[in-house]
Amino acid sequence: MSIWEYANPKKFLATTEKVMPALWAGSAVLITVGLVWGFFFTPDDYRQGSTVKIIFLHVPSALMAINAWFMMLVTSLVWVIRRHHVSALAARAAAPVGVVMTVIALITGAIWGQPMWGTWWAWDPRLTSFLVLFLFYLGYIALWEAIDNPDTAADLTSILCLVGSVFAVLSRYAVNFWNQGLHQGASLSLDKKENVADAFSNPLYVCMAGFVLLFIALVFYRTGTEIRARRIKALMARERLEA
Amino acid sequence: MIALLLRDLKLALRAGGGFGLGLAFFLIVTVMVPFSVGPQSELLARIAPGVLWLGALLACLLSLDRLLALDWEDGSLDLLATAPLPLESTVTIKALAHWITTGLPLVMAAPVLGVLLNLPAAGFQWLVISLLLGTPALSVIGTFGAALTVGLKRGGLLMSLLVMPLYVPTLIFGSEVARRGAEGMAVQTPLLLLAGISAASIALLPFASAAVLRVNLR
Repeated sequence: MSIWEYANPKKFLATTEKVMPALWAGSAVLITVGLVWGFFFTPDDYRQGSTVKIIFLHVPSALMAINAWFMMLVTSLVWVIRRHHVSALAARAAAPVGVVMTVIALITGAIWGQPMWGTWWAWDPRLTSFLVLFLFYLGYIALWEAIDNPDTAADLTSILCLVGSVFAVLSRYAVNFWNQGLHQGASLSLDKKENVADAFSNPLYVCMAGFVLLFIALVFYRTGTEIRARRIKALMARERLEA
Repeated sequence: MIALLLRDLKLALRAGGGFGLGLAFFLIVTVMVPFSVGPQSELLARIAPGVLWLGALLACLLSLDRLLALDWEDGSLDLLATAPLPLESTVTIKALAHWITTGLPLVMAAPVLGVLLNLPAAGFQWLVISLLLGTPALSVIGTFGAALTVGLKRGGLLMSLLVMPLYVPTLIFGSEVARRGAEGMAVQTPLLLLAGISAASIALLPFASAAVLRVNLR
């Protein structure tokens, strides 16, 4: 029993189909519970009022936006090193999900920033690096779409993902250098005394867990679609060859 | 290697190579800026370093699609790939040729355009130094983008989309050096970071460029 068994598309599909209902249900329950708890059963902040509650969408989506890219980096590496097709397809499947998460994080941030900072957008390092991440996602997806041969596309996009990761990290530090921050520090971290109060952090954890499950479910689902699309293509090619 | 460099330089300099187009583009962008923001000299002086850096970056970007595409079309890229010279060296030479024909003229033209934009006297030296250090990184990163999209029809727009985010750190540190220089502040930190980005890009990116070129030539 090793993780490489799931490099077999058949095995991957069989297993993911078994766990999919649990993932969908789990993410639906967790996100519902987390959002309802967060929106209706937490106190208003004494300075921010009820706008603070957008954190329950903002932080989980930002978390997944970054980790989706990280997942793509890992699966790209697996494709480059071990050439498992499922891995490349999973990277392809994760990218649009990552874009949506990035957009959610940017939009919820703007909605929160308007009443709090008095502006929809500021060229703050965190905001800027998220915008740059968004551009990286766009380029990655555009490259996938532009190339017909699936193996070539997988090779090129995975190398772009590797190089892009380095430059994304560089950009993160570059924009830090370039402008002072307006954005608050991390809301949750293990080594800090001053985190968000428990009343907020508990439903936030629930939401984050829900978003993680939702992301996994979406990636499994989209990877399955990609595998089937690849199969249909192969079947059609074989038919043309025989005809 | 030297033969390849000379060949690329000759091809760029003689008819149809498009040498000087990047330079003309740089000039025209710079001339357009006062038309769009107004001719007040103190405003122009403030934005001059950033505008010149952005103009140089765009001029670099626009000349990238000729970098490998012509060799790809007439098949000489296949021959270069099968030549005894490693593909990593080939792309490095190509990037060097691009820098000599595009980056270096931009560096030399920048002070002249700086006069047009009323760049403060202290800024000239640092503008030239920052461009001299930064444009090699632009060429090398651009070569990677050109190698990624070489097999595509109409890959130019896609290449811009891919290359622009990669240019972000270089642009930030480069124009920071030029801006601080123009305002008479200490430039050492961004200058060192810019040099670091250039050095690392030149050292590492040819491997990635060669890898994607091999995939595209498969």
